[in-house]
Amino acid sequence: MYATNYHRASSVEDAVKLASSNDEAKYLSGGQTLLPTMKQRLAAPSDLVDLRHVSDMKGISVSGGSIRIGAATTHAEVAKSSEIASACPGLAHLAAHIGDPHVRHMGTIGGSIANNDPAADYPAGLVALNATIVTNKRSIGADDFFTGMFDTALEDGELIVAVEIKAPSKSGYAKFPNPASRYAMTGVFVAKHGDGSVRVAVTGAGSDGVFRQADMEQALASDFSAGAIDGVTVDDSELMSDIHASSAYRANLVKVMAKRAVAAAG
Amino acid sequence: MANVSMTVNGRSVSGQCEDRTLLVQFIRENLGLTGTHVGCDTSQCGACVVHVDGKAVKSCTMLAAQADGSEVVTIEGLASGGELHPVQAAFREHHGLQCGFCTPGMIMSAVDMIQRHGGRLDEKTVRQELEGNICRCTGYHNIVKAVLDAASKMGDGTKVAAE
Ligand SMILES: Cc1cc2nc3c(=O)[nH]c(=O)nc-3n(C[C@H](O)[C@H](O)[C@H](O)COP(=O)(O)OP(=O)(O)OC[C@H]3O[C@@H](n4cnc5c(N)ncnc54)[C@H](O)[C@@H]3O)c2cc1C
Ligand code: FES
Ligand code: FES
Repeated sequence: MYATNYHRASSVEDAVKLASSNDEAKYLSGGQTLLPTMKQRLAAPSDLVDLRHVSDMKGISVSGGSIRIGAATTHAEVAKSSEIASACPGLAHLAAHIGDPHVRHMGTIGGSIANNDPAADYPAGLVALNATIVTNKRSIGADDFFTGMFDTALEDGELIVAVEIKAPSKSGYAKFPNPASRYAMTGVFVAKHGDGSVRVAVTGAGSDGVFRQADMEQALASDFSAGAIDGVTVDDSELMSDIHASSAYRANLVKVMAKRAVAAAG
Repeated sequence: MANVSMTVNGRSVSGQCEDRTLLVQFIRENLGLTGTHVGCDTSQCGACVVHVDGKAVKSCTMLAAQADGSEVVTIEGLASGGELHPVQAAFREHHGLQCGFCTPGMIMSAVDMIQRHGGRLDEKTVRQELEGNICRCTGYHNIVKAVLDAASKMGDGTKVAAE
């Protein structure tokens, strides 16, 4: 790891100010992506602004169907929250299956979505749930936030403060984990919303990151059952092909995981 | 340079290190506690697991400066008065180690797992929860047996204590 300067932020304003004082500064949340990248010398921020002590960015609140998760809330906290488990069980399940217990104790929702790894779990959840990403400057809808592989709508120095979700009437997530890394080789999140619409978001498979599967959304809106997906054909031309799986294999996984997610949503 | 102070195994310690110093380096090199191991440089093996403020974390994936002000427990902090911790005793009893390289991380992870699940641990859960710990020689069978045995001996009391 190259040398860096560590700063501990005490508030949202403090964090933004610390980060803006140097071009090469980066926010450090759980560090479960950034520190391994720095150890490999693939990133060399001059300054690190630690977000773990910013109390406004931590914790979960649920009231009247509105869920707010602070950006520095860990995967373990989301996984074990009884409020999330009842308001949005699919999201609790998703968080409980990220990496391993040690990664979940440190890694955070804000860090995961800021990084937007094409195989990360949260992007699928937030897109299917039509979440709103709240930053220090504005609110961004999930459809507009995830702009491509490792790419987001965040501007330089913009800080994610929280994620807001309207509790869906049904939610389910199923992933086929890469047996070595546990990242999604394909993960599908299915959410049925209060107005009857259904959103299906896929991670791990798309060659440009998370995407929505419109044909499945239509089929499930009229019949919310695993069988409704049988007739849908998944086009593999935009899917990833790598040493882990071909695009055709992933296309099949999209369908299988979508069915499991619907079954889990009940 | 960072001035870092923390409680390690119940003892207040402080020291100076570079801001980029990993917690595991601080523990091994500044404090001389070499029971915590480094088995990879990709944050995947779990040989470096310690407890920070009561939670199992990979000390190779945290800066010492991040742990400033925290309470840290390493493998050296488990035994008390010459008595092995029940998880250590179970690993010995069930032949849960061969070369022992992964063992400190395995044991710290197991203690964390038992604290979180108490008497409700079953084999499937133990295997799932060992996802972040890699052993290259024992095979996981005896490790799982040791964790289950320790969990049943430690009983439900641990669950209450942890919450
Ligand atoms: C062994 C291992 C297995 C893993 N398995 C999985 C898995 O199965 N599924 C999965 O989804 N992930 C997995 N991960 C990644 C893990 O979930 C990370 O925690 C997550 O991707 C990054 O979150 P973090 O809080 O650690 O962020 P950090 O590493 O601290 O930061 C990541 C990036 O986001 C930026 N950032 C952080 N917080 C903010 C913010 N609030 N506003 C703006 N920018 C911010 C940082 O500057 C940095 O560029 C794994 C990681 C490891 C080490
Ligand atoms: S040394 Fe920390 S995970 Fe391998
Ligand atoms: S006992 Fe040798 S690596 Fe686990």
